[in-house]
Amino acid sequence: MLETIACWLFGIGLAFDVLGCIGLVRLPDVYNRAQASTKCVTLGTAMLLVATALFGVGGNWAMFVKAIICALFLLLTSPVGAHAICRGAYISGVPLAREVSVEDAFVDRARTIRAEHRKQAADIQEAEREKT
Amino acid sequence: MSVTFLQVAMGVLIFGSLLCLDRIGRGPTAPDRTVAIDILGTLMVGFCCVMTLWPQTTDSPTAGVYRDYYMTVAIAWTLTSFVGTLALAKYLEGRCYDA
Repeated sequence: MLETIACWLFGIGLAFDVLGCIGLVRLPDVYNRAQASTKCVTLGTAMLLVATALFGVGGNWAMFVKAIICALFLLLTSPVGAHAICRGAYISGVPLAREVSVEDAFVDRARTIRAEHRKQAADIQEAEREKT
Repeated sequence: MSVTFLQVAMGVLIFGSLLCLDRIGRGPTAPDRTVAIDILGTLMVGFCCVMTLWPQTTDSPTAGVYRDYYMTVAIAWTLTSFVGTLALAKYLEGRCYDA
């Protein structure tokens, strides 16, 4: 019974993984790609880990605990990483695919941050020029 | 779990990795490549799952035992990939794409 559930979880997780990868190739800009692939691949790999954990129930509890811990870490870290990449991409000025995307209030904040970065870079250059 | 199922799983994961490699090679901007590298790291955890359940040969001294050390590899891989992704994201943020 438990093994059947684990096999089904494994298969569904694989389907999510491969659909996320297809989204990574097919979608038009970096934000869409990050959204589709991160959600699908995180959930799919978490399902694979839970299936592995179910195979360890009764007999191999070390594998059970390790797989559950790994799934927790994955579910915590993967969205944070994708958010950081998208924020960095938007602040560095990567264009949106105009036909499918709308810009929100973050556009002003990103402009401010970009101006701060430019000012810092100019200050550093000036300081180095004065030094030499 | 049968060997055939695990072989199919391995094939599906390799197909996904090839799609990721396509995006890494062809991505028009640096964030595209970073996202693809992050996804490839997550797929590697899936490979670790398959390798954990892969049955050992019957004449080996540990036949019938799962290779649960691959789960340790998966935990370490998740955390290392997270730190690498954050470092790349900070690097992307500080550098102007259009300048």
